[in-house]
Amino acid sequence: MLLLQCPWCGDRSEEEFACGGEGDIVRPLVPEELDDRAWGDYVFMRRNEKGIHFERWRHAHGCGRWFNVARSTVTHEILASYQVGDDRPELPE
Amino acid sequence: MRQAINRLAEGGRIDRTERLSFRFDDEIMYGHPGDTLASALLANGVRLVGRSFKYHRPRGLMAAGGEESNGLVRLRQGGRAEPNVRATEIVLFDGLVAESQNRWPSLRFDLGALNDRLSPLFPAGFYYKTFMWPANLWPSYEAVIRRMAGLGKAAKSGDPDRYEKKYAHCDVLVVGAGPAGLAAALWAGRTGARVILADEGTELGGALLGNGQQIDGRPGTAWVAGIEAELAKAANVRLLPRTTVGGYYDHNALTLLERVADHLSKPDQGQPRQRLWQVRAKQVVLATGALERPMVLANNDRPGVMGAGAVQTYINRYGVRPGRRAVLFTNNDSAYRVALDLAQAGVEVPAIVDLRAQAPLGWRAELDRFGIEVMADRAVLGVAGRNAVTGVQIGKLNAAGNGVVPGLARRIECDLLCLSGGWTPSLHLLSQSGARLRWDGTPGCFLPGEAHQAVRVVGAANGDFMLQDCLTLGAGAGKSAANDAGHQHRGRGPRKPVAAVEADPTPPRPIWSIPGPGRDGRKSGGKAFVDFQSDVTAADLRLAAREGYHSIEHVKRYTTVGMGTDQGRTSNINALGIVADALDVAIPQVGHTTFRPPFSPVTFGALAGGQTGPLLDPARRTPMHGWHQANGAVFEPVGQWHRPYYYPKAGEDMAAAVNRETLAARTSLGLMDATTLGKIDIRGPDAAEFLNRIYINGWKSLAVGGCRYGLMLGEDGMVFDDGVTARLAEDHFHMTTTTGNAAHVHDWLENWLQTEWPDLAVYCTSCTEQWAVAALCGPNARRLMASLCPGFDLSAEAFPHMTWQTVAIPGVLEGLEARIFRIGFTGELSFEINVPAGHGLALWEALMAAGEKYGITPFGTEAMHVLRAEVGFIIVGQETDGTTTPDDLGMGRMVSSKKDFLGKRSLSRSDTMRQDRPQLVGLLTDDPGHRVPEGAQLIAGNNPAPPQRGLGHVTSSYHSPNLDRTFALALLQGGRGRHGETIHIAYDGRAVPAQVTAPRFLDPGEAAK
Amino acid sequence: MSRARHEPLAHLALAAAGETTGPDAGVTLQAAPYQPAVILRGESGNAAFLEAFRAGMGFDLPLAANHVNSHAGATALWLGPSEWLVQSTTGQAEHGRLAAALTGHRHAIIDHGDGQQIIRVSGPRARDVLSKLCPLDLEGPDLAPGRCARSILARCSILLHPLPGGGYHIHVGRSFADYVWRLLADAGLEFGVAIGGAG
Ligand SMILES: [Zn+2]
Repeated sequence: MLLLQCPWCGDRSEEEFACGGEGDIVRPLVPEELDDRAWGDYVFMRRNEKGIHFERWRHAHGCGRWFNVARSTVTHEILASYQVGDDRPELPE
Repeated sequence: MRQAINRLAEGGRIDRTERLSFRFDDEIMYGHPGDTLASALLANGVRLVGRSFKYHRPRGLMAAGGEESNGLVRLRQGGRAEPNVRATEIVLFDGLVAESQNRWPSLRFDLGALNDRLSPLFPAGFYYKTFMWPANLWPSYEAVIRRMAGLGKAAKSGDPDRYEKKYAHCDVLVVGAGPAGLAAALWAGRTGARVILADEGTELGGALLGNGQQIDGRPGTAWVAGIEAELAKAANVRLLPRTTVGGYYDHNALTLLERVADHLSKPDQGQPRQRLWQVRAKQVVLATGALERPMVLANNDRPGVMGAGAVQTYINRYGVRPGRRAVLFTNNDSAYRVALDLAQAGVEVPAIVDLRAQAPLGWRAELDRFGIEVMADRAVLGVAGRNAVTGVQIGKLNAAGNGVVPGLARRIECDLLCLSGGWTPSLHLLSQSGARLRWDGTPGCFLPGEAHQAVRVVGAANGDFMLQDCLTLGAGAGKSAANDAGHQHRGRGPRKPVAAVEADPTPPRPIWSIPGPGRDGRKSGGKAFVDFQSDVTAADLRLAAREGYHSIEHVKRYTTVGMGTDQGRTSNINALGIVADALDVAIPQVGHTTFRPPFSPVTFGALAGGQTGPLLDPARRTPMHGWHQANGAVFEPVGQWHRPYYYPKAGEDMAAAVNRETLAARTSLGLMDATTLGKIDIRGPDAAEFLNRIYINGWKSLAVGGCRYGLMLGEDGMVFDDGVTARLAEDHFHMTTTTGNAAHVHDWLENWLQTEWPDLAVYCTSCTEQWAVAALCGPNARRLMASLCPGFDLSAEAFPHMTWQTVAIPGVLEGLEARIFRIGFTGELSFEINVPAGHGLALWEALMAAGEKYGITPFGTEAMHVLRAEVGFIIVGQETDGTTTPDDLGMGRMVSSKKDFLGKRSLSRSDTMRQDRPQLVGLLTDDPGHRVPEGAQLIAGNNPAPPQRGLGHVTSSYHSPNLDRTFALALLQGGRGRHGETIHIAYDGRAVPAQVTAPRFLDPGEAAK
Repeated sequence: MSRARHEPLAHLALAAAGETTGPDAGVTLQAAPYQPAVILRGESGNAAFLEAFRAGMGFDLPLAANHVNSHAGATALWLGPSEWLVQSTTGQAEHGRLAAALTGHRHAIIDHGDGQQIIRVSGPRARDVLSKLCPLDLEGPDLAPGRCARSILARCSILLHPLPGGGYHIHVGRSFADYVWRLLADAGLEFGVAIGGAG
């Protein structure tokens, strides 16, 4: 059971959150201009990183906000939690 | 009746003034408060407590704590019966009933013991070797194996007791209340930090309860009592005895099983029997101690072979001598103190057999006083006796420890053999936390390596076996853990405890397997057990190594070593050593197995906690729920909602009730509780633009006062929700979602608003709970509404289909107006009446009363399903399965070409454009009375024999009283081009012919307008 | 003849108040009667909106997470950075007053009074009962009296409001009220449960 840091509410148990998968995936502005492969990459392809994974969570049973988390998929260590729209923080190597 | 022949006249932490009676198998015996079942059995001279797992060998108690592998019993009776409980962990209470396990017909005479004689048939991996072929015989093998193998039997009736879960948060969680843990808790607690101290035992003190060591010049138990008194008074410290920390998860989340009432015959009223704690700790201190390993030697499982430390505990803590004449066999110093405690308790101790060439000198004088011979550089090679130890055979090993030097054999009569094969730090929890372990050859065990979480390890668990180190380092860890959690000592900390001086230890001599006493270098002299619970011998491990299993993880699965409920507490290290020797590599190269939670078995009751039976899952009720109950509704769970399924009248079965309800809605008037639909208030200047991006159809053109049906897709182009949304104002919409998907849709909307389109000024707020909804439908719906809303123009011109209005309902809603939507899901003339939830029941009752003259009929979800399917309305999740596009459903024309929306681009991918995709069709079986099951596959020919290429499946199937026949909806490959064809529906070995039709069986026509 | 508003827990016939199970009641449960309430949406960063609220209601909207502000019969509980529960404590509806105050400023007001049930949990063991069901750190500073937090109770979404005078208000969705009530009564059994009058 992870302990997540909601950028608004602070430390809360994973039970209050919904995970939204990989973050920083930007929706193409004009999807019609993409070929099938490029659109398929956007819809289906995920990095499935071993190491630091940038992902999105929603404080679904709390303030309702979506936010970003940098989490190690090896140790589950959470290296950063930040609001949508904020720049990715500097992370230790 | 048995006498407590092995109970010492004095000493121990038991209350001899009170007698507790208990029953083990058929015998009634007595013990005292402070006893465990194990200590009471030993006191009564019971040696044989169980039969082993595979060979059904007679077994006695070998330990005094959680590492016991043999003494597993079935505790209590009836619904409270619990199998595989360690006798060493059962606190004795008056009236306790326990049974031995794994024997038939009785413990003394067990037919399964034949397995031992037949043991050449059961080598390592025998399941894999023996029962592979022929495969069709496996079911008969399995039936026999299931009966012979396995441990205890679970209860068959319901457990009458309560269980619960509890959340807790703390600064410092200390696991283990031995000297190191107590010191850590004391130092951490003095800072004011929130501390939880958990220990498996009934009493705090750990090893100090049984080993007689001294602190600050008084018995260790007195020191414990002082600390406990202080901790118990501190408001910031929570003491949890009888609590096993079993799981160490991410971010310092740990699970603790508190045995609240296991030490009582039954729980008090309202009291849970067990409580599963979910603790979030800022810092963790593991003071989990160490477990003594047995020696691996021939017949080391005979009743009367025990751990030396366990024997010491039985004497000092329980006032029990486990034998009359004891030999000790050790490779380290710890057995010497045990020998003296035995002698002091009146047990004859002829010899200590020490593997090491140099025995320690420290205890010389005392040993001499009791006439205890120290036999250095000698080994116990084998054990005599079957149901009890009668003696040991002693010899000298060669320098390598893998052979016996001939000619020096000697036999000593005894009824107790105490083994000390060295100490294994209990690092299960640390390993679960993600930390690495490192091998240290000097003590011969794994020690804590690099940690991944905020955790410290102290005491014997850290390889600090000297009491003073436990106290000093424990205190230091408690203090620094509290500091790291943000708490400092004010003023000076507690006074540092001082332990009695101990001699420096003589290094142990680990020999993982003692060669047998057999003649001519033959290694065997009986089975030498490594894992007592899984019945794995040294020979099994060597065989596995010879057969090519070189990783300990593979050896474990092949031989089952370490796979019992004790997770190899006493066997892991010995197994590693034997495999490493067999492969001629160092132990770290073999690696160690992964420790997985839980450390100790957890009952299903505790895992389920309090949310069982009627509390299993939230049961959401609409405001009209009570009316439905009072009127005989049968309920159906839809998501967490409990919805009326149908309302049977006296003598009606489900089919009859659904037919009646369905007919009434088409011919006169039906009423359904539609409160459960998800409702989302969408407001802001960009609301219409937002809906345009969310739904496949256009929304900007929808006039205020209008309603529109919309479909939502995922970005993959697949339908995931549908519903009607109304425009309340220029910047204000009321969205409805399917009942089960409401939260998911809200998540989805917020996802796009917050992360992708923060520039859109829109608020989405759930209002599902605020509104009660009564859906009225049927040809008489307008007449009924007219009687409720006098003076309100309900004509199709003034209040057309797919619009909404606010309407006063005098006498029902005072000072409020209902929102009435001219929408429906049945194809009939419909009104969905929304009122604030507190008025839902009144509205419903008013409708029922006013509708009486029209025979108004409340209908449930099943009739609703029939009605909507008759007119070809889909249900998301029934006609769709996450791979269904709008075009597949025949709704391709809804897709707007004028705008982008979520999922649009996916609709022009090569796969979504295929002509042979499954498409929604209707099916009419040739036999109009035949109702096919939903989910049945569609095939081309009339022969159902496999293999078959599936052409699709039935999504909905009903009997329709309006059609006077059955009908179905289905997804059929290329189905829109196949209307009129005959296909077959395959199920239960049949192929039922049916005609493909358009997915609409009734035309709503003008009546609905 | 118009019917009175139907309370979500009316079917439990809690009028039989004072009934106690268990030896000495360690916890008291009360079902609060209907109170007008709305969800208010608006931007924390919109000074004009905040000022309009203050001018109309006489107090500031709480901007810090999980804070609660009250004044003259109205209480605003922070639900999220753009979301508050504005609750009347006098029975006087706030919808109109708020709407008038906020005219011209971007906002949304959503009626919520019928959509929730407030259950008051009090007594010496109130916290022990909640800790069986709720993962929040109830002893932590974030849940001091006068704060509030959304979370879960077993598997139900709740708004938890520790009261300045002791005890808690648990706000649950109306449809969950019956389940949450039974859950609390069951969890409290160990300590004895008293059913209080209107709380
Ligand atoms: Zn939050």
